[in-house]
Amino acid sequence: MTDLRKTVAIVGVDESDEIGKVPDKSNLTHHAEAAYNALEDAGMSMKDVNGLFTAGTSTLNLAEYLGIEPSFTDTTAVGGSSFIIHIAHAMAAINAGYCDVALVTHGEAGRSRRSRPGGDAADPGSQFETPYGFLGAPINYAMAARRYMHVYGEDKTRQAMAEIAVATRKWAQLNPKAYMKDDMSFDDYHNSRWISWPFHLFDCCLVTDAGGAYVITSAERARDAKKKPVWVLGAAESHDHNMISQMPDLTRTVAKNTGPLALERSGVTHDDIDLAMIYDSFTYTVLATLESLGFCEPGEGPDFVANQRTAPGGDFAMNTSGGGLSYTHSGMYGMFLVLEAVRQLRGECGDRQLDDPKLCLINGTGGSLSSTGTTVLAVD
Amino acid sequence: MAYNKPLPVPQGESDVYWQKAKQGELWLRNCKSCGNAYFYPRDISPCCFSRDTDWIQASGKATLFTYGIVQRAPHPGFVDDVPFVTAVVELEEGPKMATNIVIEDPTPENLQIGMALEVVFEDITDELALPKFKPV
Repeated sequence: MTDLRKTVAIVGVDESDEIGKVPDKSNLTHHAEAAYNALEDAGMSMKDVNGLFTAGTSTLNLAEYLGIEPSFTDTTAVGGSSFIIHIAHAMAAINAGYCDVALVTHGEAGRSRRSRPGGDAADPGSQFETPYGFLGAPINYAMAARRYMHVYGEDKTRQAMAEIAVATRKWAQLNPKAYMKDDMSFDDYHNSRWISWPFHLFDCCLVTDAGGAYVITSAERARDAKKKPVWVLGAAESHDHNMISQMPDLTRTVAKNTGPLALERSGVTHDDIDLAMIYDSFTYTVLATLESLGFCEPGEGPDFVANQRTAPGGDFAMNTSGGGLSYTHSGMYGMFLVLEAVRQLRGECGDRQLDDPKLCLINGTGGSLSSTGTTVLAVD
Repeated sequence: MAYNKPLPVPQGESDVYWQKAKQGELWLRNCKSCGNAYFYPRDISPCCFSRDTDWIQASGKATLFTYGIVQRAPHPGFVDDVPFVTAVVELEEGPKMATNIVIEDPTPENLQIGMALEVVFEDITDELALPKFKPV
């Protein structure tokens, strides 16, 4: 296998102008604002961009709106993990010489959208899941969490989910851009209302309006960027089902494959990682993902996150932005994992800044625990 | 009140499934190459990617694999149903399918993973019936 370590770098990141509750801005407005801001962060302009990547809308729609004619176009859309997987695809395209400045954007008026949801009637899910009310991630993910409880024990699973919710909120309190910053005690978690048992409200991510974008380019161009390059070491992607009822093992995501492979391609191990950015659509997503990635053995996740180990000051730095649970979650959250990873590695995170992190592992999950992309980023 | 939940739209390869359901029977596609039944119905099997497939009638017996108790309706059609049970059941023939559990009092105490279930059919339109499961 070709060694692609440090052949490309992320050189610009940002959100759209305002995130949270933003009435009157469409998905594409968020895309464009984030693109503008990320290019400014990179010291580049839209004229430099020749590779375009997105999910949630076609790059056809996006490129027209932005006014560009990309020479490389990629609408890989496998849920919220797509924006992690786009890093790998940009890495491949840049190394192939098909583009040299790739722009990846996300925009979703998840809270304030003016549109009607509706799936394709010919999709299997429309016949075999939605008629039963399998509608929306909280319902689908709750069933996976219930299975985990059956296999490993309800009480310890519940405690782990509470630990994750409470620790993540503490990080959000240090992030000025976070949507939810009120104190959250363990009692607050346990007393929050049921959404779909076994999920409380505080097991579930936010629903916000937000956009985000990053710029990724060749090593050569990265050296001229405005800020220090954040190198891509390696990446891996996969998916093993679409409908939750067809998931091979409700307690294990395909991070069990993408995690070890991304680390191997990056030439690093779990112990080298200074920051883990883990997709937290739900508390349970984090629990299943940490185990699947191999940070601990199956069933050991509850011990791994015990005693607020992932909170500020804990010895396993995770989701320092406040995550999808408390910072922002517009619907496809993966983009925001990348923004935080880059900012931490650059040392731009203010009150929540970690002490000189060098390596960050990002794992995105998409669909109904269906797809994962794992990427390792580094700074010199 | 008129049925206003999302309706399945049968496709060519699932017509038999829905026609049989309307007659109160649960039918599965079966891969003759490896002898395993599979769900959901498609012409070419996902296990062996074989065209040598046929239909078999399922026993209608299943066990509860996992579930959730939905407290907040995800769609206007489910408002009068909450709390209701979404579930994945494991059919006696092996495949898993999504369904609802028909039960008076949906609490975690009344829903034990592994519990025995049997299929029932809910008529939802003149043409369609939805297979659901109830505790034996």
